Amino acid sequence: MSDSTLADRSASAKETPGRARAPHGAPGSSRGGAASSPDTPEGPISTANTAQGEPASTPVRRPGDRVFRGTAVGAGAFIVVLIAAIGLFLLLQAVPALRANQVGFLTSGVWNTTDPNSLQFGILHLLWVTVATSVLALALAMPVSLGIALFLTHYAPRRLARPFAYVVDLLAAVPSIIFGLWGIKVLGPTLVPVAEWLNRNLGFVPLFAQGNVSISGAGNVLTAGVVLAVMILPVITAVSREVFERTPKEHIEGALALGATKWEMVRTTVIPFGKAGYVSASMLGLGRALGETVALYLILSGTGAAPKLSFFDGGATIASKIALGAGEFNNELTAGAYIAAGLVLFALTFAVNALARAIVARKKVSA
Amino acid sequence: MTTATTDLHRPATGPAFQGVGLGRKVKNAVATTLVALAFLVAVVPLVWVLWSVLEKGLQPVLHADWWTHSLYGLRPYDDRGGAYHAIYGTVVQALSTAVLSVPVGVMVGVYLVEYGAGTRLARVTTFMVDILTGVPSIVAGLFVYALWISILGFGRSGFAVSLSLLLLMIPVVIRTTEEMLRIVPNELREASYALGVPKWKTIVKIVLPTAMSGIVTGVMLGLARVMGETAPALIVGAYASSINLNVFDGNQANLPLLMNDQFANPETAGFNRTWGAAMTLVLIIMLFNLLATVISRLSAIKK
Repeated sequence: MSDSTLADRSASAKETPGRARAPHGAPGSSRGGAASSPDTPEGPISTANTAQGEPASTPVRRPGDRVFRGTAVGAGAFIVVLIAAIGLFLLLQAVPALRANQVGFLTSGVWNTTDPNSLQFGILHLLWVTVATSVLALALAMPVSLGIALFLTHYAPRRLARPFAYVVDLLAAVPSIIFGLWGIKVLGPTLVPVAEWLNRNLGFVPLFAQGNVSISGAGNVLTAGVVLAVMILPVITAVSREVFERTPKEHIEGALALGATKWEMVRTTVIPFGKAGYVSASMLGLGRALGETVALYLILSGTGAAPKLSFFDGGATIASKIALGAGEFNNELTAGAYIAAGLVLFALTFAVNALARAIVARKKVSA
Repeated sequence: MTTATTDLHRPATGPAFQGVGLGRKVKNAVATTLVALAFLVAVVPLVWVLWSVLEKGLQPVLHADWWTHSLYGLRPYDDRGGAYHAIYGTVVQALSTAVLSVPVGVMVGVYLVEYGAGTRLARVTTFMVDILTGVPSIVAGLFVYALWISILGFGRSGFAVSLSLLLLMIPVVIRTTEEMLRIVPNELREASYALGVPKWKTIVKIVLPTAMSGIVTGVMLGLARVMGETAPALIVGAYASSINLNVFDGNQANLPLLMNDQFANPETAGFNRTWGAAMTLVLIIMLFNLLATVISRLSAIKK
């Protein structure tokens, strides 16, 4: 959803008027840091105070200001507390279940949580499907997004660039359950011949060997990966587009003046400039893919068998396993098992997102 | 060889400007084609998805019953009834999400732009908002389950779904507010301060009203996004085939839950209900997107 806002923000910061002469605590100075401190006067100095003999430099502290400021700061702090609370409460609920777990949580593939007295749950198999679908999606979506972002910023006619970008953004507006429905009912059956062909001709490669579900069912990593790729396309495109758009004009014109063709210009100026942004955009896409639930919940065929490390495996990702188990949440320990899996997912997406933001932040400093 | 010795008009050095070589031309053309193709590759699934939904979902939606009846008392193979209960649930849950998320989100935005500016807390908050943006919806659902249902002991309800959607909605509202507050001209604030208006009143009476249309647009877009979220609803909500007007108590359907429920129904009726619900969801999301565009067109900040 708001993955695109990362870049939007930097774009709008650029437009901020009156940056240099921003008054205390006003926008524009926010990224600069030096312009304001917590002691900044809350409001203008009214003449009434000087008339009463107070020194003119003492700022007026009105109760309204104090309350409003307090609320605003409280709201800011609330967000920080919220993230901490997510981690904390998930951990609180997960620990009893992890204690009662009879197999290794990270090393086992068994998932048997119906009986709270003999809990057996491990995320090994879930982890494989999660990683396989996400990485496949990323591998498919990265080159395409790069192409779209370049097309929208440097190839499409100026007048059409905006509507075209809107079309790509529309992909992000389609709910994931509709992607899931389309994936298993429409796209999946279309992909079956492709999957069968791959399996017949490249079956000696482990990735294309027979998986643990039937290929004709289409509920496998391949279908899931393709659908996920479509879902993360708009995420990667939106952020990369914003970065590519900010390529300095001098670089572009310099390249063109030296006789570069359009492609050479793009290769020598736009791509090197936007590389960090593109990589971080892809990380954001990866984060989105790792956490995607319902599309995969509908697409992947359930199976108890161990995955064969093939594109034609079924099973569940961490997220879709939690969704599948939602009906089982009738006692604390069983729910705790799923919450433990959710905690892993939270940590995973936290790490991926933090890394993505760090790459962008570093790029901004050096740029 | 022979011509070279006789051609006295041949310049001593090659021309300074040479045409673009064939290889470079071909490379350029290939790159242009690939880049345009990439765009087409994105359009194909979009059109395909929307077409599938339209083709399979239009017919059920055209029944008058669809908008006015629930599925109460209907058996899986009765191809009648409608999605009234789920449409009501989707709208009411989205509205309660909006009511809860807008004040919090706007205040955080105000803090980041008007008060925080460069402080350590503001930097941490900005980072946390980024993280919150990336929190998977299923984790939001699990968090609400852990806190609201497991620890505080409330039951599954439409409101619990709203609470988890809240987590997904808040970062959207914050980002929008932040962006909109940043483009409010400083002259407006300065003029207000010069007249002796306190800072909080300046924000409430001058800054926020100026940014209002943008914030409303962002909220509408955000709502359109969270409405289709299914994962949290699976965990903290519960499907009901009849209408439940009370968002705070009892099972309440919404469109994604209806789709999920009927997806398991192998009858023709199940097929129609699933795709009909998908069509309805797309229509409602389109309506919200359209409203957002109209609002932003009608009242954009004049620069």
